[in-house]
Amino acid sequence: MSECMRQINPDVVPAFPITPSTQVIEDFSQFVADGKVDTEIITVESEHSAMSACIGAAAAGGRVMTATSSAGMALMWEMLYVASSMRQPIVMTLINRAMSAPINIHADHSDSMGARDAGWIQLYAENNQEAYDNLIMAIKIAENMDVRLPVMVCMDGFIISHCVQTMQLEDTEKIRLFVGEFASTYPVLDTENPASWGALDLQDYYMEHKRAQHMAMKNAKNVIKKVSGEFADIFGRKYELFESYQLEDAERVIIAINSVCGEIKEVIDERREKGDRVGLLKIRSFRPFPYEEIAAALEGVKIVTVLDRSESMGAYGPLFTEIRTALFNAPQKPMVYNRIFGLGGRELFMSDIHDIFEENKTYLETNRVEKMFDYLKVRGG
Amino acid sequence: MPSLQEMAKKDGAFAGGHRMCAGCPVPIFTKMLTRVTDGYEIVAGNATGCLEVASSIFPYSAWKIPWIHTAFENVSASMSGVETMYRVLKKKGKITKPYKFIAMGGDGGTYDIGLQSLSGAMERGHDLVYICYDNGAYMNTGVQRSSATPMGASTTTTPKGEQSFGRQGTRKDLTRIMVAHNIGYVAQASIHNPVDLSEKLKKAIELDGPAFINLLSPCIPGWKIAPDLAVEVARLGVETKYWPMYEVIDGEYKINYTPEKDIPVSEWMFLQGRFKHLQKPEYKDVVDAFQQEVDRNWNWLVRQAEAVKLLSTEAKN
Repeated sequence: MSECMRQINPDVVPAFPITPSTQVIEDFSQFVADGKVDTEIITVESEHSAMSACIGAAAAGGRVMTATSSAGMALMWEMLYVASSMRQPIVMTLINRAMSAPINIHADHSDSMGARDAGWIQLYAENNQEAYDNLIMAIKIAENMDVRLPVMVCMDGFIISHCVQTMQLEDTEKIRLFVGEFASTYPVLDTENPASWGALDLQDYYMEHKRAQHMAMKNAKNVIKKVSGEFADIFGRKYELFESYQLEDAERVIIAINSVCGEIKEVIDERREKGDRVGLLKIRSFRPFPYEEIAAALEGVKIVTVLDRSESMGAYGPLFTEIRTALFNAPQKPMVYNRIFGLGGRELFMSDIHDIFEENKTYLETNRVEKMFDYLKVRGG
Repeated sequence: MPSLQEMAKKDGAFAGGHRMCAGCPVPIFTKMLTRVTDGYEIVAGNATGCLEVASSIFPYSAWKIPWIHTAFENVSASMSGVETMYRVLKKKGKITKPYKFIAMGGDGGTYDIGLQSLSGAMERGHDLVYICYDNGAYMNTGVQRSSATPMGASTTTTPKGEQSFGRQGTRKDLTRIMVAHNIGYVAQASIHNPVDLSEKLKKAIELDGPAFINLLSPCIPGWKIAPDLAVEVARLGVETKYWPMYEVIDGEYKINYTPEKDIPVSEWMFLQGRFKHLQKPEYKDVVDAFQQEVDRNWNWLVRQAEAVKLLSTEAKN
């Protein structure tokens, strides 16, 4: 991710160290120290200040990036809302990590899922290549004049962030041409046309501003598609709002996010060889959430297992609630149920994924979902 | 340095029609921001607080210069971002004019919730002037105590009561904390003395690097004083040595004003409704302790300033 940031060459990067995102900033700091970028780093004293400085720098009129994880993003919480509500196109790498307590440094999605209502576009990645590609596209999506919203580019901590994978790095000049020059709107540094940013907005205007933000998020769906299309034209890798893997004729489908999808694909390949009609729907854009498109992609599917890598204590998992909402108005609703897995980095092996497909096979054959909600691979049931 | 009359003719940063309370002295300094020095573009930032809410009720704004507010505890951090972006764009040739950056906050946003981001910004060395208008409590939310609230003051979270004389303990000395950051310029000023204040503002703005000014700024409803008394109460705060006017340049203390007479601090206190209950004889101890604290701080300051003089004499010899 730091290499990608070097290629993008942002103006300002405010950042604070937190495992596992630290190395992104360490490596990038070396690029700054070696004069390989024009960027100024602000080594702030907390993540709250990191996001505050991001907002100030972006409002001043330039391109701003940062990176964080888990508790770090939690400390930014207040400012995540301010960043999106002040319509600052900040791009942040979020290396997904479990929220404390108990303290844990490994992957789950409790950090980003908790921030799903903060007004940020959220893009997820199965592997390093997708994370790299998403980061490039994120700049162009965030800065689009019909969007002007911050984007978090999410990937699983350690499993992906610290994993050595073969990937295609693109030419720096091509990337810079693709992302283009930053265009500012009402920059704070424009003293000829002084603007007031962050005014007090009461009952008579607040709701219109929120609605405008909502419309920008709606626009983002088409802009993500458009930018992904342009990316494919130049770099050859095609991305959609979600990935359909063997969905065409699938009867039984798993829906999941991030690194686990790699294993699921392997398992699907094995089972397909034996004629088992299984498939995967992998979420890329969680905000905005493509409800209609997902419902259309699941037409003909008979049962859906939604895997959530985070908890919403006292409710179903956050992905599950979106999927069931997407399916509610579908003419033929598949059976759909929820499994929580992988909290705090707990492994899910290929054999476990086979077990999921065996379970949903039984559910389909008996036409009965025995357990709507359950934990996978947990002691004590 | 332009005279006050000359300064008044220049374009101010802050327009009338804002919704600060009648008699609030805060606009005295906001109007000065663009008037004390020439040759710089001035960009300002605000912590959440009275000044922020009363100057920017959408769709109106009293600010005639670029101004940004993002939250309560972080004006130093968001202005660090603005200032850093300026340096990058200047380096790239996209901006050519020289700029200066001002961050403003009340004592709640500065002494308490904003202390961490203030400390970070000062330590990192941004070219930023921080002005704390110290009115000794969270006035915007309705007079709750802060760590700047003086001993004995009755606030809505330290009310006087059957068992309490108000705020317990002594206030934090933020100015000295800022001196400990080893920045080039730290000063205390008072809203009643615009000549001294404008000189300090000019020094702070013209300095290349971080500067901090702590400004005594009485609050009409919070101190429970008449709307025409803010300037007089601030003056008496300085005359009684509650609020010494001094500056620390590159670590060296200089007292800017030494009162001619020893006026007991109770004269300042009892002009204000928030201390009125302390007039009861049973609270004599509290008033005495307050006076001792004022004396101790003043004497400490005098010793710092004398040490500087002594050292410079030795250097000459």
